[in-house]
Amino acid sequence: MSLPVILFVLVATATCVSAVGVVASRNVVRMAVWLLFTLIGVALIYFLLGAEFAGAAQLIVYVGGTLVLVVFGVMLTAQGPLRELRTKRVELIVGGVLGAALFVLLAVVSLELGSPQSDNAALPGTGPLGMSFLGVTETSPKGRVSGVPTGTPPPRTPVAYLLPFEIVSVHLLVVLVGAAYLARAKRKRVKP
Amino acid sequence: MPELWSEFLPHPWNLIASGALAAGLIFGFIGLSAFFGIWAERKVSARMQDRLGPTRVGPFGLLQSLADGVKLIAKEDVAPAGSDKLLFRVAPYLAFCAAFCGFLALPFGANLVAQDLSVGVFFVLAVLSSEVFGIVLAGYASASKWALFGGVREAAQVVSYEVPRAMCVVVPVCVAGTLNLNVVGAQQVGPFWNWNLFHDPFTFVAFFIFFITAVASCKRAPFDLAEAESELVAGFHTEYSGIRWSYFFLAEYGSMFAVSGLAALLFLGGWHTGLLPFEPTQKFGFWWGNLLNLTVFVGKCWVLVLVMIWIRWSFPRLRIDQVMTTCLKYFLPISCVLLVGVCLWQLLVPASLARAMKYTLAISCVSIIIGVIGTLFRSAGTASVPSGELPGAWGGQPSTLPNRK
Repeated sequence: MSLPVILFVLVATATCVSAVGVVASRNVVRMAVWLLFTLIGVALIYFLLGAEFAGAAQLIVYVGGTLVLVVFGVMLTAQGPLRELRTKRVELIVGGVLGAALFVLLAVVSLELGSPQSDNAALPGTGPLGMSFLGVTETSPKGRVSGVPTGTPPPRTPVAYLLPFEIVSVHLLVVLVGAAYLARAKRKRVKP
Repeated sequence: MPELWSEFLPHPWNLIASGALAAGLIFGFIGLSAFFGIWAERKVSARMQDRLGPTRVGPFGLLQSLADGVKLIAKEDVAPAGSDKLLFRVAPYLAFCAAFCGFLALPFGANLVAQDLSVGVFFVLAVLSSEVFGIVLAGYASASKWALFGGVREAAQVVSYEVPRAMCVVVPVCVAGTLNLNVVGAQQVGPFWNWNLFHDPFTFVAFFIFFITAVASCKRAPFDLAEAESELVAGFHTEYSGIRWSYFFLAEYGSMFAVSGLAALLFLGGWHTGLLPFEPTQKFGFWWGNLLNLTVFVGKCWVLVLVMIWIRWSFPRLRIDQVMTTCLKYFLPISCVLLVGVCLWQLLVPASLARAMKYTLAISCVSIIIGVIGTLFRSAGTASVPSGELPGAWGGQPSTLPNRK
C-alpha cells in the first residue's frame, strides 16, 4: 500500500466514524461538533486529491460559516425539545431505508467509474479556472468523464461563464437582502 | 524539504519525516512566539502605565513566561459540574489547531514553507476563521452565562469581521494575480517601493483596514468583547484553568503571528528587506540567504505584533454595538470601494502615473517614519527634568521620590 492510500484510509475512516456520530448523538451541539469533524475530513480528502481550492472553500464555507451559525443559532434558541432530539421508530425505519438505497446507488455508480488515471503532470490551479470563467482558456478534464462515451472530443466552451455566474450571485444577494428585510424587528409606530 | 530527506530515507518515509519536522518547527515557533509575546505584552503594558513589569525571574524578567507555564501545568484542571465535559475538554485544542494550521501555508522565506499550496491566501483565511468554533464551543460547554455571552459575542464579531478582512485580502491579490503566497512574496523583490503597500492608494488604505480587522478577528483589545473582564468576568474562558486555559492563549498569540505574517506577505514585501535589489537565497547561498529571509520575515511579524500590543494598551474597549457598527457600516463599504478602485486603477491608470504615485507614496511614507523616529531621538524626554521636580504634565511640581536625580 502506498502512502496516499494509507492516508486516504485513515481520513476516510475518521470521516465515516464522525458521520455516524452526527446521527447517533442526541445533543444538537454535539451533532454540530461531529459534523465539524466530518466536514474537515471531506476537506482533507479534497486536499489529498490535489483539489486545494475545493478543500479551502469547504473549510471557509462550511466550517467557518455555516457551522458557526448553526451553533450560534442553537445557543440562542435551544430549549427543551431542540436540545435533546429523540427519534421515533417510524423515522428510524424510513431514514434507514432511504440511507441504504442512497448508499447502494452511490456504490453502483462509483464502481462503474473505475479508478482515475493518475496524471501528476499539470493540475489546473485557480488561474485557469478564473480564465475559463472569462472564456479565455479552455479547461476540460483529461481523464475519462463518466456518462460520455470514449472517443468523443472534449466539449468546447464557446461562451464565458462570467455573466451567468454574476447573475446568479446578484440573485442570491437580492434574496439575502429580502430575507433580512422580512426578518428584521418590526418597529411600532409611535404616534406623536 | 522532502528532497533534503530523500538523501537519507526511502520514498514514503522522507515525506513523513519532512512533515513531522515541519509540524515540530511550527509548533516550536508558536510556542516561542507566545513565550516572548506574553513577556512583551507585560513589559509594554508596564511601560505605558509607568510600571516596571516582570523583573524578578531571569534577566529583564524574560523567564516570567516559563514560570507562568510551570504554574499552569501544575494547576488543577477542573470542569464545572453542569458542563458538557467532552466539548469542554476538546474546545481549547480546536482553537489551537486552527491557529496551528494557519502556519502550514505561510512561507517564512523563499520556498521556506511547510506546504506550498497554490491557494495559500485562501487556505490561511479559511483555517484562521475556523478558530472561532473552538471559542464558541468553550462558551457553550462551560455551562456559565458569562462564558455563553462571551461565546455569542465572539461568534457575532468574528463572522462579521471576516467579510471586510477577506475583501481587503483580495485587493493585493488583484495586484499580484495569484493566490500562492510564495509567488506573492517573490513578486515584491527589490527596493521597498515594489511592496504591494505602495502599489497604489487603494492597497495603501487596504493594509490599514486589513490590519484593524485582523486585530478584531484575533479578539484583541479594543475588540476583545468576548473576554471583557469588566462585564463578563473573563468571557469565554471564565471556567478554564491550567493547561487548557493556556492553550487558548497559545491559539491567540499563534493567530496574532499568523495574521501578521499574512499582512507582511501580502503588503509589506514578505521576506524581502526592501533594500537589497536581488533575492537573498540566490546570492548568499541556501543557508545564509534563508537565514536572512527568516530573520526579516519574523522581524516584520514582530513589528506588527508589537503594534497590536501598543493598540491594546492605548485604546479603550468598544461597546458591542460600536464594534458591529464599525464593521458593517464603515469597513464593509470601504473595502468594497477599495476592491473596485484597485481593479479600475489597474485597468485605466497609465503606467507613468502609476509609477509616479508608487514612488510618491513610498518615499513620503518612509520619510514620515524616519522623521517621527528622529524626533524621538532629538527630544530630551524625561532626562532633562531638573532634580526634585516631576516630568511631563506635572512639570514644576516637586517630586516626592527621595533619590531622583
